[in-house]
Amino acid sequence: MARRVGLEVSLACAEAAKLANVDVIAAYPITPQTHIVEHLAELVADGHLDAEFVPVESEHSAMSACVGSSAAGARTFTSSSSQGLALMHEILFIASAMRLPIVMAVANRALSGPLNIWNDHSDIMAERDIGWVQTFAENGQEVLDLTLHAFKVAEDARVCLPVIVNMDGFLLTHVIEPLLMPDQAEVDAYLPAFAPQQRLDISKPISMGMVGMPEVYTEAKKATLEALLGSYEVVKEHWAGMAEQFGRSYKPIETYRAEDAEVLFVTMGSLGETCMTAIDEMREQGLKVGSVRIRLWRPFPVEDFLAAIKGAGGLIVIDRALSPGVPAGPVATELMGLLYAKGLKVPVHNFVAGLGGRDVTREDFKKMLQKAKDAFAAGGEMTCEMVGVKE
Amino acid sequence: MIEVRFHGRGGQGAVTSAELMALAAIAEGKYAQAFPSFGPERRGAPVQAFLRISDTPIRLREKIYAPDVVVVLDPSLLATANVKAGLKPGGTLVANSAKPVSAVRGECGFGGRTAVADASKIAEEELGVPITNTTMLGAVMKAVGLIEPSSINEPLKERFGRIAEKNRRALERAFAETIIEE
Repeated sequence: MARRVGLEVSLACAEAAKLANVDVIAAYPITPQTHIVEHLAELVADGHLDAEFVPVESEHSAMSACVGSSAAGARTFTSSSSQGLALMHEILFIASAMRLPIVMAVANRALSGPLNIWNDHSDIMAERDIGWVQTFAENGQEVLDLTLHAFKVAEDARVCLPVIVNMDGFLLTHVIEPLLMPDQAEVDAYLPAFAPQQRLDISKPISMGMVGMPEVYTEAKKATLEALLGSYEVVKEHWAGMAEQFGRSYKPIETYRAEDAEVLFVTMGSLGETCMTAIDEMREQGLKVGSVRIRLWRPFPVEDFLAAIKGAGGLIVIDRALSPGVPAGPVATELMGLLYAKGLKVPVHNFVAGLGGRDVTREDFKKMLQKAKDAFAAGGEMTCEMVGVKE
Repeated sequence: MIEVRFHGRGGQGAVTSAELMALAAIAEGKYAQAFPSFGPERRGAPVQAFLRISDTPIRLREKIYAPDVVVVLDPSLLATANVKAGLKPGGTLVANSAKPVSAVRGECGFGGRTAVADASKIAEEELGVPITNTTMLGAVMKAVGLIEPSSINEPLKERFGRIAEKNRRALERAFAETIIEE
């Protein structure tokens, strides 16, 4: 039976990795880290989790150790954030190309400089194209559930790809809140033991991570891309399994009061909660506004997104990262490309908000709506604006 | 929903205060959030911690700008930290001070409902250290309730183990000794 507990969200993530009975955790235990690996280190040291904890000397080494342990057939978990994730960059592509089902929790935080360890999505937007499955959690319960789900998807024979569970640094990772903690039997029923599709085994030698000559590189990339695109159905299937096992249902795209909305906010991560409360307040003032939240970021759920925004007169896309030198933030750029490709002329107003720990409040949403509505009414071009800049 | 802002100095346990209250409220079946102010952690520097308690799910990730309750763990912050910022006119200030309520009001400029306990003295006597986080919870519970007194026992045990009982005594003394003026 699940227990209702009050827990720091980082610890909920660590507990999910424990419930998943991971074999290896390789992590660099210094800032920018979270309590996720600290708690896992404790669980291993205290004998509550029978796993190998490898405290490596850098994040580059952390992901390298994960690649090795996953290739050896161990269920492998790590966590990173900010500069640490940036230092992993090189190995992240190798993990997906080698089709290794590593699961990583990323506490989304800013990149320096100026030196900043607070929340935004700069770290993960720089890792947009690493070929991993990526989800974004909205609250502590989702962090826990998406972490369990990540193992299920990653290890599925139809996928065999690493998965990142994104969670807002501080705004989620450092918050104590209530959540339902499943018991071991429930998790075991959902997530059986890891059965690797292939692994390094001296009795049956294979080579992994080979050179890809020009004659095969393109084909190898195509094969990995197809695995990522194909993971979409598997992601949904294992969310359906989660609903059956735990009674909580998840979709690639969530909507809130979107049916009759004239304008829709598009958000990712924990911002969705403040957005919903702001929408309730704006609805009370008679404003027809709703929201769309992207839970599955990679592979991007194109059809779900298009269905969610159907009928909307305008979109307000909120980015928590900059894409310097192009007209919009990374999420808005991508969505506008998608709309254009589908021949949809929905006006888009893009805001870059919440950089480096700047709070995004209900009032900010109200101001964003007003500005966007004015821009839509004026029939102007798409604009990108940074929220709350002190001039 | 009740929103509480804690002011303390790094090392005094303001974050722990918020966390213990949240855990107690969650154990009662309520919804709660506790979070720190996410600044650099420096011993002695002014810090804040935040707490929301509600009967319905909390869908907010913004900081607390208009608290119902402000708790000040360190007397020196009353005159220096603008502790009354955003405090609702009908809200309550709960302060650690050896001074009478009128003097506390004078120091922080808040004229509304005020509760004062000499938590530094109580903590020194009961715990042997001037760490006022658990002591001040007694003052908070006396002044504004928020949780059932018995709900705090488990979180205290979980956090403090063998010294939980001492903390409980300090909390109970503060509960008894807190002076409230409307």
